[in-house]
Amino acid sequence: MLKVRNLQVHYGMIHALRAASLHVKAKEIVALIGANGAGKTTLLSAISGVVRATSGEVSLDGNAITRERPDRIVREGIAHVPEGRHVFKPLPVEDNLLLGAYHRYSLRKSAAIREEVEQVFSLFPALADRRKQRAGTLSGGEQQMLAIGRALMSRPKVLLLDEPSMGLAPRLVREIFVHISRLREERGMTILLVEQNARGALGIADRGYVLETGRVVLQGTSEELLANRDVQRAYLGRERET
Amino acid sequence: MYWEPDKERLDREELSQLQLERLQATLNRVYAHVPFYRKKFDALGISPEDVGSLSDLSLLPFTAKADLRENYPYGLFAVPMREVVRIHASSGTTGAATVVGYTRNDIRTWSNLVARILTAGGVTKDDVVQIAFGYGLFTGAFGLHYGAERIGASVIPASSGNTARQIQIMRDFKTTALVSTPSYALLVGETLREMGIPTSALSLRYGLFGAEPWSDAMRQEIEGKLGIVATDNYGLSEVIGPGVSGECLERRGLHVNEDHFLIEVIDPERLRPVAPGEVGELVITTLTKEAFPMIRYRTRDLTRLLPGECPCGRTGQRMGRVTGRTDDMLIIKGTNVFPSQIEHVLFEIEGTEPHYQIVIDRKGAMDEVTVLVEAAESIFFDQMRRQKEMVEKIQKRLAQELGISVDVKLVERKTLARSEGKAKRVVDNRKL
Repeated sequence: MLKVRNLQVHYGMIHALRAASLHVKAKEIVALIGANGAGKTTLLSAISGVVRATSGEVSLDGNAITRERPDRIVREGIAHVPEGRHVFKPLPVEDNLLLGAYHRYSLRKSAAIREEVEQVFSLFPALADRRKQRAGTLSGGEQQMLAIGRALMSRPKVLLLDEPSMGLAPRLVREIFVHISRLREERGMTILLVEQNARGALGIADRGYVLETGRVVLQGTSEELLANRDVQRAYLGRERET
Repeated sequence: MYWEPDKERLDREELSQLQLERLQATLNRVYAHVPFYRKKFDALGISPEDVGSLSDLSLLPFTAKADLRENYPYGLFAVPMREVVRIHASSGTTGAATVVGYTRNDIRTWSNLVARILTAGGVTKDDVVQIAFGYGLFTGAFGLHYGAERIGASVIPASSGNTARQIQIMRDFKTTALVSTPSYALLVGETLREMGIPTSALSLRYGLFGAEPWSDAMRQEIEGKLGIVATDNYGLSEVIGPGVSGECLERRGLHVNEDHFLIEVIDPERLRPVAPGEVGELVITTLTKEAFPMIRYRTRDLTRLLPGECPCGRTGQRMGRVTGRTDDMLIIKGTNVFPSQIEHVLFEIEGTEPHYQIVIDRKGAMDEVTVLVEAAESIFFDQMRRQKEMVEKIQKRLAQELGISVDVKLVERKTLARSEGKAKRVVDNRKL
C-alpha cells in the first residue's frame, strides 16, 4: 500500500538519505532500525512531507504523493507521530484529540468526530480517565498514547511512528509495544515504525529495514533480521548474542 | 503444490519492488564490505545509489569465474569469517576450484529455496529421498539434503557411486524420489536392467536431476527405465548451489526463484542482452545472500527465457533447460558446436544408446571430429550392412544439424566410460 522508491534527502551539504526504497503492505507492521543519524527520522519525515525529498517517489495505494504538502498527505491517509510526542501541553487531552481531526472538521461531522474520540478512549482507557486533564500533566507513556490517539483521529491508512518507546520506563515500553500491535490486530492499521529499541520493534514487526548512513543495507522478515549477526552486534546488544 | 505459495505466486509489481529493495541493499553491502566490488564500481564511476531501477542493473560490471579465482579463497566474502557457518567449493568440472561461504541465514534461505524446487517436483514430507550426489565440497548433495529435510521428507544421504548398493538401498529402503545427475540416473536404469530388477520392485516415483545439461529425449529415456516422473533443476555453487530454478510437474521450463535472484540472458561475445526468448549466457545477481553476494555473475551456462505463464500458477520467470556451456562450445573447423546438439541428434535415431563421446583431433591444420556412439543390442555387430546404414544416417543428420561433417563410429554397448558424477562427453586432443 505504501511504496517508497529511491528517496533522497539533502540537508544542505549533508546527504541524509541515499536512494532508500521500501514498501509496507496493508495491515503490516514494518520496523526501520539503525543507529542515531542513520536517516530513520529523515525517511519518515520525507514520507509525511515534513521534510522535502530531493528526489524519489512515494506512493500510497498507487497514487503518487511525493513532495505534496504535509496537510495534503494527511488527507491522503498518512499520519506521522513525531519523535518526542509533541502533544499540546496546555490543552486538555480531549482537545488534543479533536485537533487531530481539524482538517476534516465541520458541523455536520462533529458527531462522527466525537464518536471517534470515544473510540480512541476505548483503545487507551488511561486517557479516558484524564480526558479533561491538561496534556502536560500526563506521564510520558500517556503522552505517547495521546500522540498516537491524536494521529488516529485523522483516520489514517498508514501510521508512521517515530521512536514511540523513547524515554519510557521498561514497563511502559512493553505496554506501548502491546498497544501498537493491538492497533494492527483490532483496527487493521498499517504501521511503519522507527525504533532504537530494535529488539522490541522486531518483536512486533513482520518485516524490517536496517539503515546505515542513509542507506538501506539489509531488509527481511523480523526473524531473518534477528538472526543476522550484524544486526545482533550493532542493534541488539552484544551481551545478548546467542 | 507450493512450498511458499505467497512468494512463489507473488504479483509481478510487488515482485519488482521487492527485487529493487533487495538489489539496492545488496549493492550497499558489497560496496561497503567487499573491496573488489568497491574498486570495480569506483573505476566505472558508479555508486550504489545510481541504481534506481532494475534496468539500471546493466550499469554494473560483470563478475566472472576468473574474479573468484583471483580472490581465492575468501576475497569476495561480505561478512567476517566468524559469521560464516559453512564453506563449499565449486565442483571444478572445468578448471580450479572456487570457494563460497554461507551465514546461518544463507543456509536457511538456501534450504527454503531447495524445498520450493523439491515441492514443485512432487516431493512431500511423505517421501523417502535418496541423494545420490557426492557429499563434500560440492553444493549439490548438501543443498538438496537440507531442502528435503526442511520439507520433512526422509532423507537418505547415499552419496555417489557404488550403483549396485544404491539400487539395493533404493529397493530395501523404499526410496520414492531419486536425486542425482541425469547421466547417473541413466546408469542406475541400465544397472537395474542388468541386475534383472523390474521397476515394479521399487517404490520410485520422482526423479529430480541437475548439475549437468540434458535433453527431453534423455528425460524420456530415464523415465522409461526408472518408471518415474523426472524434473530438471538448476543452480551453481558460485550463486548458491541448487535452488536457483526448477521445473514443476508441468515441465514447461524451470521456474526461477526471482525473489532471490535477478537473471539476465546475454550474448556472451557482445555482452548485451539477447532478444527475448533467444539463447544466450545466463547472468545472475543474488538478492539475499549475506556471506557471498554475487553481482552479475556470468554463469557460462546457455539458456533462454520462456514467454508466457505456466498453468501451475507460479509467477516467476521460467528459463529453458541449460543446453550447454559457453566454455563447452567447441570451435571445430571454425564452426560453433555444442555437445548438446550432437546428443539431440543421437536421441532421435533409433538403435543407439544415449551414451556418446566426442573426440577431436587435429591432423595438420585440420580438425577431425569422431563421435563414438554406443549401439543398442538390437544391432548386431555381424550385420555389417545395417551398421553401415546406421553410421551414414547419423553422419547425415549430424551434418545437417552442425553444418560440418564428422566421423561416426559405432561401438559396443558399455564400452564408453560411465559417469558416477558429471559425464565427460568431450575429449579434445588438439594442441592449440
